[in-house]
Amino acid sequence: MVERAEAAPVRLEAPRLGLIDRIRAAAMRHESIRGYALLSPTMVCMLVALAIPLAILVTLSFWTQNYLTYDRTFSFNNYIVYFEKPIYLKLLLKSVRISGAVTLATVLLAYPAAYFIAFKVKKNKLMWLILITVPFWTSYLLRVFAWKVVLGFNGVINSGLITLGVIDAPLEFILYNPTAVVITLAHAWAAFAILPIYVSLEKIDRSLLEAAADLGEGPVMSFLRVTLPLSMPGVIASSLLVFIPTTGDYVTPNLVGGPTGIMIGNIIASLFGKANNWPLGAATAIMSMLFITLVVCAFLWFTKQVRERVA
Amino acid sequence: MSASWTQKRDRFGGLGVYTVIYLAFIYGPVLVLPVFSFNDSIYVAFPLKGFTLQWYEDMINNPGMLAALMNSLKVGGTVAVLSTILGTLAAKAVTRYRMPGRGPVVGFIMLPLVIPEIIMGIALLVMASTGGIPLSLLTIGVGHMLLCVPFAMVVMISRLEGFDKSLEEAGLDLGENPWWVFWRVTFPLAIPGLIASLMLTFTISFDEFILAFFLAGTDVTLPVFIWSQLRFPQKLPGVLALGATILTVTFIMITFAEWFRQRGDQARKSSSGGM
Repeated sequence: MVERAEAAPVRLEAPRLGLIDRIRAAAMRHESIRGYALLSPTMVCMLVALAIPLAILVTLSFWTQNYLTYDRTFSFNNYIVYFEKPIYLKLLLKSVRISGAVTLATVLLAYPAAYFIAFKVKKNKLMWLILITVPFWTSYLLRVFAWKVVLGFNGVINSGLITLGVIDAPLEFILYNPTAVVITLAHAWAAFAILPIYVSLEKIDRSLLEAAADLGEGPVMSFLRVTLPLSMPGVIASSLLVFIPTTGDYVTPNLVGGPTGIMIGNIIASLFGKANNWPLGAATAIMSMLFITLVVCAFLWFTKQVRERVA
Repeated sequence: MSASWTQKRDRFGGLGVYTVIYLAFIYGPVLVLPVFSFNDSIYVAFPLKGFTLQWYEDMINNPGMLAALMNSLKVGGTVAVLSTILGTLAAKAVTRYRMPGRGPVVGFIMLPLVIPEIIMGIALLVMASTGGIPLSLLTIGVGHMLLCVPFAMVVMISRLEGFDKSLEEAGLDLGENPWWVFWRVTFPLAIPGLIASLMLTFTISFDEFILAFFLAGTDVTLPVFIWSQLRFPQKLPGVLALGATILTVTFIMITFAEWFRQRGDQARKSSSGGM
């Protein structure tokens, strides 16, 4: 064994060794090279489809819409408009508030169900998972639309209650407001919360829980001190998977939000659509992106602090 | 002893009841679709008017809808496979090798998770329009890939992170070649993650509306088609029929897959003598 290990470097330094062999030898020695080789296809795709479009979007945000053409001189005009008119920042903050409420509701509702499937279901776990994810195979639009049908003026709840004689006139407060947006989104994104939480719970080594029980921890304490901390990666992943897309959503506010439920996505879509001011739309999009990134970083920092303090 | 047993059963019961209620919350609004797809009225309201199959006839006679469905299946299937491959490669690299600059690289691949879809949609739209690239299913597919790769990577990292590197090393030390180790050690351990990733990415692509809305050319995916129908109240029951059909087909397909999988498991168990 020892002789072979000593012989190897001597062979590598031999002058007759080809370039490919040398790269291969280097790759075997440095794991970082192998790691990057494995990463490169993904990286190339992401560069082409993400970095370049975003760079173009940033450039566009410093141009100005000039009726049908762009004025390509560099200017901060769009950003000045963005900060001068209160509607943009106000809508951005409102979007973040609504999405925050949606995230909290979605994760809190999904956790016990994921826990049940991971720990209490012994047989047919996959069947339970499928049962929970099947409704999410219907179009997102249809699910959102279903809530409009359920909550609407002549909708299922109102017409049902009238038929039953509980109310005389339709309840108007249940649709076209931010609460309707929160309920609809919490329902529409449930699968995205439950799967990551389930995966992280399923991965927990059961012997840790047995050890906790053997050491005299009650079920509540062993949940708080073992299960919950170990499932935090799943909870954090779920929160981000729900929070970020819902902040930019414009389908749900459009269908069930009414005038008070409008979010930042509606403004961006209209700037790229009817209002036809792509540069201002680009500036609005970039400001939203920066702000959401800030919120997410604050959230990650906060959860890290909490986890460190507990640990 | 018996007290703790009853306690355990109660806990099971409470969580079980909660999960059933949760399922009801998830299914309730979705089941509205099939119920009203058989209702003989273009208004979606109680009381029900009577049974009809007219909306299903409308659906079958709507070539636009079927074309959109085929487009969605095409895009979704391709995107699921490609993004799971790319996501798994990245997850493997990240969890298996120590690399300098790992953090920024992972952060970059994860970026689509911290960018709302609408922003990626307009960014790709702006790139396509400056580059003179015509909008098509391909542009939608690129958008969906962008969205799905980070999801696939997150799922695969959380699957691969937990397992022991020493299992693979043991395989290599025992003189097996890297491919054998991949097929016999890494792959079986990763399967639950791969299935979760394929399911998740297909669902995301099949459902995705916002990117598709901005990036669709003349060929549209199902959500974009449905969006165009929602503006016309008379088209609504046809859309409900479509939603109900997708739900039923999915349910049958998945139940069949599960039944098939369990039969395979039993066959393997009986042939290998219980182990």
